[in-house]
Amino acid sequence: MHVLVTYDVATVNSAGKRRLRRVAKICLDFGQRVQNSVFELHVNPAQWAECRKRLIEACEPLEDSLRFYQLGNDYGAKVEHVGAKPSLDTEGPLIV
Amino acid sequence: MKRHLNTLFVTTEGSYLAKDGQAVAVRIENETRLRIPLHNLDGIVCFGRVGFSSALAGACADSGVTLSLLTPNGKFLASVVGYSPGNVLLRRQQYRAADEAAATAEIAKNVVLGKIANARSVLLRGARDQKSAEAAERLRAVAKGMAGTLNLIRQSDDVDTVRGYEGESASRYFSAFSELVSVPEFAFTKRSRRPPLDAMNALMSFIYALLMHDARSACEATGLDAAVGFLHRDRPGRPGLALDLMEEFRPFLADRLALSLVNRKQVNGRGFETTESGAVRMDDETRKTVLTAYQTRKQDEIEHPFLGEKVSIGMLVHLQARLLARHLRGDLDQYPPFIWK
Repeated sequence: MHVLVTYDVATVNSAGKRRLRRVAKICLDFGQRVQNSVFELHVNPAQWAECRKRLIEACEPLEDSLRFYQLGNDYGAKVEHVGAKPSLDTEGPLIV
Repeated sequence: MKRHLNTLFVTTEGSYLAKDGQAVAVRIENETRLRIPLHNLDGIVCFGRVGFSSALAGACADSGVTLSLLTPNGKFLASVVGYSPGNVLLRRQQYRAADEAAATAEIAKNVVLGKIANARSVLLRGARDQKSAEAAERLRAVAKGMAGTLNLIRQSDDVDTVRGYEGESASRYFSAFSELVSVPEFAFTKRSRRPPLDAMNALMSFIYALLMHDARSACEATGLDAAVGFLHRDRPGRPGLALDLMEEFRPFLADRLALSLVNRKQVNGRGFETTESGAVRMDDETRKTVLTAYQTRKQDEIEHPFLGEKVSIGMLVHLQARLLARHLRGDLDQYPPFIWK
């Protein structure tokens, strides 16, 4: 399944900055960064459950916000990209 | 069931693979070119001079990603393998079957039956697409001869006899193979390897090496010992079982892919060069074309003839490994080879 994760973490103090880094790191473990605080995750349900739990634990519910968009398996038709930083198709041929 | 995951191919000389969180980062000249979570991958294949960190090797072994090192031409050198997963009982069953002549012959027989049946299908398919009636007739004649061999194999119960028939029909198959190549630059005379002596052989050897990486991963993932084969005798450093599993897929997946790349002119003769020793190798661009075609082909779906389920072609070798495991455990009377219809 594909999930789009976006977040806003309040970075007014150093604790917030630390939370921001932590959230970004968790997202990076599971997917790819498509914009500054937007990630596309290609995960199975178990991996998603783990990722979701870790993200929620890393946030401060009163100050930060997390949004999860379930794109399902057939996500190709739902996403359009224009401009710089094209994303990587994790299911296409990967050759460097 | 296990999903068919992607394989990362690193072909750029001097790249460095590092572990970055739970992901692999590919660095070229200190710049991160690509970053992909390990759980999206099934394997990483490095060609030529590619470095990697020990932390990455450990993480790959831990998460079941096969990391293989190949020469730029695709010859297998080494792979990083962690603890064999699966269970020891299955592996013991495998060793017992490999020590027992009757059980070995039974499995080897089915593997060869699959291989020859698929080779025949490749020839017959070629005959249908053939423009010249004469060449089509020749292909059909060879295919007919192979059908006779199939019957002989069904009746034999000795592994050496099976090996003999396998060799005989392989040489027949390759004697007719040249009819399937319609581009003169890739004219095929005979199968040559270590080193391949013409472009067609170089292409086929390269695709076989890719298939081999996948077959080995499939053995590991199923919990079978990739080194102990049935058709292929034990030899130090030789992954006999992976080679056994590969046989059914050589004609169906590798040879047909090589043929369509050549006949549709996706690769051309300029992409191949002959070295001083007479060995033929392909250039970087051709290699990329082949890798892309191989990966794309693996995503095509096909109905599995035995299971009756729709699966991706890349999944087939994993399914065959599981069917073999089921046979070894005694859940299936025979190992059902993959036969392309």
